[in-house]
Formats: sequence, structure tokens, C-alpha cells
Amino acid sequence: MSAQLRFRNLTLGYDRHPAVHHLDGEVADGALMAVVGPNGAGKSTLFKGVVGVLKPLAGRIERGGVAPQEIAYLPQAAEIDRSFPIDVYDMVAMGLWHRKGLFGGIGRKDRDTVEAAIASVGLTGFESRQIGTLSGGQMQRMLFARLLLQDARVIVLDEPFNAIDAKTSADLLALVRRWHEEQRTVLAAMHDLDVVKANFPQTLLLAREPVAWGATAEVLTADNWTRARRMCEAFDEQAEACIVAEPAR
Amino acid sequence: MIYDALIAPFAEFEFMRRALVGSFALSFGAAPIGVFLMLRRMSLIGDAMAHAILPGAAVGFLLFGLSLFALAGGGLIAGFVIAVGAGLIARATELKEDASLAAFFLISLALGVTIVSMKGSNVDLLHFLFGSVLAVDDAALFLIVGLTSVSLVILALIWRPLVLECVDPGFLRSVSGAGGPVHLAFLALVVMNLVGGFQALGTLLAVGIMMLPAVASRFWARDITGMVAVAVGIAAFSGFTGLLISYHASLPSGPAIILVAGGLYAFSVVFGRAGGLLWQAMPRRHLEA
Repeated sequence: MSAQLRFRNLTLGYDRHPAVHHLDGEVADGALMAVVGPNGAGKSTLFKGVVGVLKPLAGRIERGGVAPQEIAYLPQAAEIDRSFPIDVYDMVAMGLWHRKGLFGGIGRKDRDTVEAAIASVGLTGFESRQIGTLSGGQMQRMLFARLLLQDARVIVLDEPFNAIDAKTSADLLALVRRWHEEQRTVLAAMHDLDVVKANFPQTLLLAREPVAWGATAEVLTADNWTRARRMCEAFDEQAEACIVAEPAR
Repeated sequence: MIYDALIAPFAEFEFMRRALVGSFALSFGAAPIGVFLMLRRMSLIGDAMAHAILPGAAVGFLLFGLSLFALAGGGLIAGFVIAVGAGLIARATELKEDASLAAFFLISLALGVTIVSMKGSNVDLLHFLFGSVLAVDDAALFLIVGLTSVSLVILALIWRPLVLECVDPGFLRSVSGAGGPVHLAFLALVVMNLVGGFQALGTLLAVGIMMLPAVASRFWARDITGMVAVAVGIAAFSGFTGLLISYHASLPSGPAIILVAGGLYAFSVVFGRAGGLLWQAMPRRHLEA
């Protein structure tokens, strides 16, 4: 199977301090991969790099011919202005952006697609609700509906099930499995290891440095977790410049 | 009687008709911009921008005298430079946009007052600051209508990304690079409408026709299309009523228009159907589900 994402000695971070340090490896086309690790391990940072919001400090990301804008991305804390007067339908319809762009009209067929997406996250009847009136779980369902419409080959979910109840998590996980069946590449930052074991074939255990990466059962061992927890979260203000050699391009 | 009060002033006097058309054009151009400024929590940005325009108009005045197009051209250039400069600095550094805009407009204002005082008298400065809608001639009217029409067209073109940039900027960034250009285009629209407005209302009160109807509209509509419609309606009604009051009571027209808009704002705060104080004070029984 070909690689969808390839990390080449990738270092991402802030103010020259690495948050993801020297990551090498590949995500296969159609993989369903969990990214786990303690808080501050660099999961969100890695995703920002994948979707192109954060430029690498060193190394690079190859995206297998997919532009960063074509990657569907659900950030951990979406910068959504909940007081903005917009309803669920319009918000979900924004997922059609890549097909409609700035000016494309939304026709009858598109309206059916939007309705179907809203239905598959169980929000039928909420179409004309203002987003400010949604609960946390309903909000997340709405954002998943928008992801559905984005119809992306690569989908990146940053802690999608945090503060979400069991029923909603299960419904949304079903969508993730559906994406996997449709051969899309899905990356999700996760904290619930039972959910990871039950649903994600691949796992990357990150603690700034990659600790382990591979089949989930082999990655999620007690030994690996102990190593991951040893990571020091704080940046060292006196750190010297990193001297790991850049590989030849 | 009603004819005398409401229609006759416009039927009899050309300057009243021009003032009416001018204020209607400004209503259509500026009020929707005001709605977006309000929703983006940038309500005071219009004020800052209005000050920022002054040195451009003053340079135009210095070079070409009281020529309409020199004033407007200078104002547009100064406004665009400041909007783009502040926008770029906000995006390239940690400084938030309101902070960089505050720095820019204060420098700009000081520069403007200096330039005006080098040549003109205080009377000229007063004209900049307060304008005169009744002194709008054909050329000024064309300028106002032209600027506001272009503004409406551009707003229609950038409507979708502008809404998206307001509600979920992270999503827009992740699907498109349009966020930056759209934001700058929006600031340019603010400048254009203020320049159009300062012919008639002066730099200070031009902000009034932009913001007051917009802020009031929030009390009548719950979605953005409704707010824009209500804001335009309030602005146009304020223009019409304000001109009549100024005519019958011999009051200065610009402040009269803005005061009517202010009155409608106060009315909306109390009686507005969407969250007005009165409706909050008399809650109806809650629903079953």
C-alpha cells in the first residue's frame, strides 16, 4: 500500500523549541491511526503541521499529492464564534467549500447532500437552530457533518471525543469507521485507550519524540507508556541548538 | 398637511433631494458593513478608521484646495494604507489588530491635524469633521453613489468567505487562503464607505450611519441576512427623518440624521423583539419541550 503521509525527520514547534522532535515514518493510504500520548506530547502540534497551519522547524511532510487545503481538519478547540448568528444548516453547508468555492451556488442536489450529512450525525430537525443554542455534543455532531461534506481523502481529528458522552462518541466513531471502510486516511488524537484498542488498527505513541509506532497492540504496552511519561513537558529555556544531523535530501 | 411635512421639502428643493439620495446610498453601503463590524467585535474600528482618513484628505486639500476628488482620493489612499498596514502587522506579529490599528490611526490623526493647520483655518477642519449633507452637489452625489455601489458589489462577492472568517476563521484557514485577502477587502470597504460618508456627514458622523443602525438591528433579527436588512432600513429611515427634522427645525442635518439613528437604537434596546430589555423583563412561561 502506498504512503499517504510521509514524515521526514520532522521537527515542529514554537519559538525554536521542538514540540514534535525528529519524527520519521509513513502513514499508509487508507490507514486508520490513533495518535496517543500524554498532554503536551505534541499531538495537536503534529496535526497542525499535517494540515499546513504550522510550518516545520526542520524536516518536511510529504502529503502524497494532497494539498494541505484538501485535508479535512477538526481542531481540538475550534475557533468558532458561537455567538455569531448562523444556523446549523449553513454551518454544515460550509463543508461544500472545496466544490463550491467563493461563488458556487448551492443547488437542489447539494441541499440533499447537506440534509443527508445532517441526518447521518443525527441532527435532523436542528437545521434552523442557531449554533449558539447547541450543546457541546450537538456542536461536535454538527462539525462531523461538515467533515462528511468535505469528502476528503485525509481526515485529521484532534481529540474529537473529549467531553462527549458515550452515545455521541459511539455515533461519531461509527462515522470514523465508515471513513475507514471508504479507504480514507484518518488520523485521530485520542485519550481513551480502550476506544483506541477497539477501533484503531494503527497507533503512534508520541512524547515529543516518537516512542512507538505500529500495530496498536504492540504500541500500547506498559513499557512504552512508562517511557512516554518520562518526557519532560517544559521547554528548556537554556537549551542548545539541536545537532542531530539533517539527512541528505 | 402630511404632504407639507413629509414630501414638500424634497419636492421643492433640489438640495434636499440630493441629500436624501445621498443618505439612502450611504444606508445601503455602510449599514451592512456596520453589521459585520459589530459581529466581529470591531465596532470601534470604524471610529479609528474615520480618524485615519483625515491626513489623506488633508494632503489632498493642501495640494489641490477644497476639491472634492482630491479630498476623497486622499482619504481613500490614507485609509487603504492604514488598513493594509495595520492588517499586515497584525498578521505578521503578535500584536492584535485593534492594537496596531490604534497605533496607526493616532499617528495618522496627529499628522492630519498638523497638515490641516499648516494651510487651512479651523473652519476647514470643522468641515472635515462634520461635513454637510445639504451642501452635496452633483459631483459629490455621484461620488457617494459610486463608492457605495462598488462597496455593495464587493460585499456581495466576498460575503461567503467573510461570514466564514467571522464564525470559524480556523476552518477558512484550513480550506482556503482567502482569509487574509478577504479581511483586507473588508477593511477597504470600511474605508470606502467612510470616505463616501464624510462628504455628507463628516468623518466623525459617517461612522454613525454605519454603526448605529447595525447595533440596533441586533435587537430585531436573529440571522445575519435579517440584521443587514433591518440595519439598511433603519439607516434609510434615519436619513429621511433626520433631513425632515433638520429642515423643519433648522437644525444641522448630519447630527439630526445620526440622532434619529441614535433614537432608534435606544428604542431597539428597550423594545427590540430579539432580546430587548422589555421582553427580558416580562418573560413568558417556558415551553414544554
